[in-house]
Amino acid sequence: MTDTAPDLDRLRGAAPPRNHDARTIAALTSNPGCARRGVMDAAGVDKDAVAQELGFPAPFGQSQFAITRGNAFEAQVKADGCAELLTLLRDGLGLDVPEVAYDDLELVAGNEGRELRHSRTRRLLARALETGEGTLFDHPLLRLEIAGRPAYLEPDVIAFQLAGRLHVIEIKSFAVVDGQAEPEQVAAAARQSAVYVLALRRLVTELGHDPGRVSHEVFLVCPENFSNRPSATPLDVRPQLAVLERQLTRLTRVDAILAELPGDLTFEPGEALGASVRAVEARYAPECMAGCEMALFCRDEARACGETGALGRSVRDDLGGVDTIGTALALADASLTPSDDLAETAAQLQAAARLRAEALQGVA
Amino acid sequence: MSALTSLARLEAVAAGAARPLATVRHCHVSDAPLVLVPLKLAGEAAAPLAVMAGSERDDPSLLVVPQPRNRDLRFAFAADLAKLVLNHIETSHGAVEELPPAKDGEERIRYGDAPQFLVPNRGGVAFLRLMGRSTRFRSTEGPYAVDPTVPVLGRWLTWFADRHDHPGSSLLGAMTELLRLHWATGQSSLEDGNLAALMGWIAPPDGLDGPAAAARAEDPVICPPAGPATDPTFDNEVLAPAVAAYDRSGPGSRAEERLRAALAGQLTPTWDLMWQAADLLRALPEGASVPGRWERDRDAFTYYHQTFGEAYPQARRDPPVRAARRLHDLERAQDAYDAQRAFDDPLVMAEHRLAGQAFGGVVTECDPTRLDETGKRPKLRPHLRVETQDPVRLDPGATVCNAARPALKGRIMEIEDGTVLLELTGGMGRKLTPEPGAVPQPGDRVCFTSLTDGSFGAAKFPDREDTPWTHGGPPEEYVPTGEDAKEDWS
Repeated sequence: MTDTAPDLDRLRGAAPPRNHDARTIAALTSNPGCARRGVMDAAGVDKDAVAQELGFPAPFGQSQFAITRGNAFEAQVKADGCAELLTLLRDGLGLDVPEVAYDDLELVAGNEGRELRHSRTRRLLARALETGEGTLFDHPLLRLEIAGRPAYLEPDVIAFQLAGRLHVIEIKSFAVVDGQAEPEQVAAAARQSAVYVLALRRLVTELGHDPGRVSHEVFLVCPENFSNRPSATPLDVRPQLAVLERQLTRLTRVDAILAELPGDLTFEPGEALGASVRAVEARYAPECMAGCEMALFCRDEARACGETGALGRSVRDDLGGVDTIGTALALADASLTPSDDLAETAAQLQAAARLRAEALQGVA
Repeated sequence: MSALTSLARLEAVAAGAARPLATVRHCHVSDAPLVLVPLKLAGEAAAPLAVMAGSERDDPSLLVVPQPRNRDLRFAFAADLAKLVLNHIETSHGAVEELPPAKDGEERIRYGDAPQFLVPNRGGVAFLRLMGRSTRFRSTEGPYAVDPTVPVLGRWLTWFADRHDHPGSSLLGAMTELLRLHWATGQSSLEDGNLAALMGWIAPPDGLDGPAAAARAEDPVICPPAGPATDPTFDNEVLAPAVAAYDRSGPGSRAEERLRAALAGQLTPTWDLMWQAADLLRALPEGASVPGRWERDRDAFTYYHQTFGEAYPQARRDPPVRAARRLHDLERAQDAYDAQRAFDDPLVMAEHRLAGQAFGGVVTECDPTRLDETGKRPKLRPHLRVETQDPVRLDPGATVCNAARPALKGRIMEIEDGTVLLELTGGMGRKLTPEPGAVPQPGDRVCFTSLTDGSFGAAKFPDREDTPWTHGGPPEEYVPTGEDAKEDWS
C-alpha cells in the first residue's frame, strides 16, 4: 500500500487529494470493474476538473433552491443540540433515549486536518464504547480502505449510541409522502449509509470491540409529506452492506492496474491529458451518468468505439455480450462468420433480423 | 427488452435515425388532448413552479407561482389550474351513449369521448400524482380554506395518475413512454428519458441526424429540460434573481412579467415538441384493438365522473381488499394488453416468434375436410402443415390460435425439422366442412401463437366487511378529517 503511494501522488500532479464522498462510494459499488474510475478515485484526482479540462464538464449542477432546502432542513433537525431529532427518536420511534450528550466532530480546535479529525473521532468513539457515555456524534470523520488505499469519508451523518450500540442517522431532504419516498432516492441513501456503517464497524474493530456494536439498522430522517416536519424511518441496510463488502474485496486492486500503466502517466492539466485518461481502460454504462464526473467523456469514447454497452447493460446482455455494434450487426446480416462461442448469439441475431425484416416488409 | 429491440437499437445507431418498433399505433391520441408541461421547484416534493397547459397548439396557458415558497400563491395557482383542468374534463367527454341495461337491469351509460392528458415524461406523471395528493384533502372552509375547485382538482389528478398505472390506458400519457413504444433510438433508455433527445432521433430538425440532434438536445441552454425538474444553472442564474426581484416589487410588477417570460422560455420548446410528438403518433395507423381499450377508458371515466359527488377523496392507502382487486385488475390489463398488441402488430408478434411462443411460415400441406371419427360423432379436425424457420419452443399438445384471426384455434401435433403439424379445432363454422376461407390453403403465409387475449379471468374478492383477519380484518370506514385539511404544504 505504501509502495503505490508515490505513484498515486504523481498521477494527481500538483493538485491536493480529494476525499471520497457518498457519490464516489456509490459509484464504486455500481461499477467496480472500471479501472479508470478506480485509479482516479484511489489517487484522489479531481475528476470534475479533469472532465472540465477535457471539454466534458460533469452534469451535476445543484440548484440553490435544493441546497437551501437541504441545509435548512438539516439545521432545523439539528437545532438546539438536536432537540427535534431526539423528540423523533423518543416519541416517533419509541426509543428509550436517556441522558443526552451531543459532540460535534467537525472542527478540532479550529483545525480541519483530516488526520486530526479522524483521531478525535477515534478517541471519542473509543471512550463511548468503553464507558457508554455520549449519545450523538455529529460529523465523524471515518476511514475506509478502498482498493488497498485508505480513503477518508466525510459523512454528513450522526453516529447515535443507544444501549451500547451505535446507529447511523442520515438526514435527507427528500420527502416521505404517506410512508413512501422515491425508490431511487431511498436506495441511494441506503447505499451511502451502508458505507458509513461499514467504516464505523472497521473503526470499532480496530478499537478492539465487536463490530456487531454498530447496528445494521440506520435511521433515515426525512421531511414528512409536504411539510418541513421531520420523520424518522428505520432502514435495514444488510443487503447493501453485503454488496459493498463483496465489491470491496473483489475490487480490482489499484496496484495491479498501476503496474500496467506507463511509468510517467499523470492527470495534470495539459495537452496530454486526454491521452493519459484514455490510457486507463474504462467500462462505461449509462448508469455512470448518475454518479461519475467522467461519465460524459467515457460515453463519448464508448460511442466512438461503437460499444454496445453505451446503449445500456440490458442491450449488451441481449446481444450475448458482443462488445461492438459493428460486430453485432455483421453477425446479424451473416457477413461475419461467428466463432464457436458466438454461434448461438449469431443465430439469435440472424433470426431477429429476419423477423424484423419480414414484419416491416408490409410497411416499407 | 429483447434481442429484437436491441437489434433495432443497433440499426438505429448505424442509420443515425430511429427505427420503428411497431407498425401500428398502440395508443389512443385524442383530437384535442390536454397537454400539460409542469415545472416544480428544485428540492421540494411537489412545489409547483409553473405549468404550460392547453388543448390547442397555438393557445397555451401559462400558470406561474411567482414565489414558490408562498403557500397562498401556491393555492391560487392550484385554483387556476383547477379551472383549466376541470373545464377540459367537462367539455371533452362528448355526448352520453345509452347502453343496453346490465344483467341486474340497471341502466348503463357511456360518454362518447373522454379527456386525455399528455405530459412529457414519467416525472410529469409523478408530479401530477403528488400534486393530486397534496390538494385532494384540502378543506374549503375553516381557517385553511381553499378555493372549492382545489380538492376537486386533487381528486381528478389522483384518478388520472392511477389510470396511468393501468396497462393500455390512454387517459394520461407520458410522451417519452408513448414514443418509446413505437421507436427504437441509438441511445440508451436513460437518454430516451429526455423528450428532446428522443425526438431528435425520431424526427431530427432540418440538417441534423439523430445523434447530432440528440447531442444538441442535451444542452440545457438550447433545449431546456422537459421538467418537472428545472435546469440547475437556470435556477441559479435566472430563476433565483427573478424570484428575488418579484419579492421586492410584488404582484403586477414588471419583475413578475420578467419571471413569467423566463419560465415561458423554459417551457415553450417542450410545449412545441409535445404537439410535434402527438402528430407523429397520429400519423401511424391505429391498431385494431385501440378503440376497444379506449372504450374501457371511457367506461372508467364515465363511472368516476358519474359517482364523483358521492365519493370521498381517494384514501392515502388502499384498504386490503381494494388493493388486491386493483393489483388483479392491473395484471389482467397487462396480460390483455400484451396479447392485443401482438395480434395488432406483426412487429410485436415477431418478439413472441423470436421467443418461440409463436411461429410463422408458409402452409405446405392442408387437409381441410379431415374428420376425427374416433368419438361418438365425427368432428371437423383439419390438418395443416406449416414450414417455419422460427425457433419454436412450444410442445406437442399446446393450443395455439391464428394471429390474423384468433378465432381459428388449433393444437400442435408434431414439430420436426422446420415444420409444424397442426390440428385445427375451432373457428371454422358448425358444419363438417369448413366455412369458405376459414382454413388456410397451401402457399398461404400464416402465423400461429400460444398467446390468448382474455385468458386471465376475473377473480372474486370479499366485500370490505368480510376482509379476512389475515389482512387486518374489516378496515374502518375512511372519513376525511380536519387533520388532512390542515396538513402543512411548505
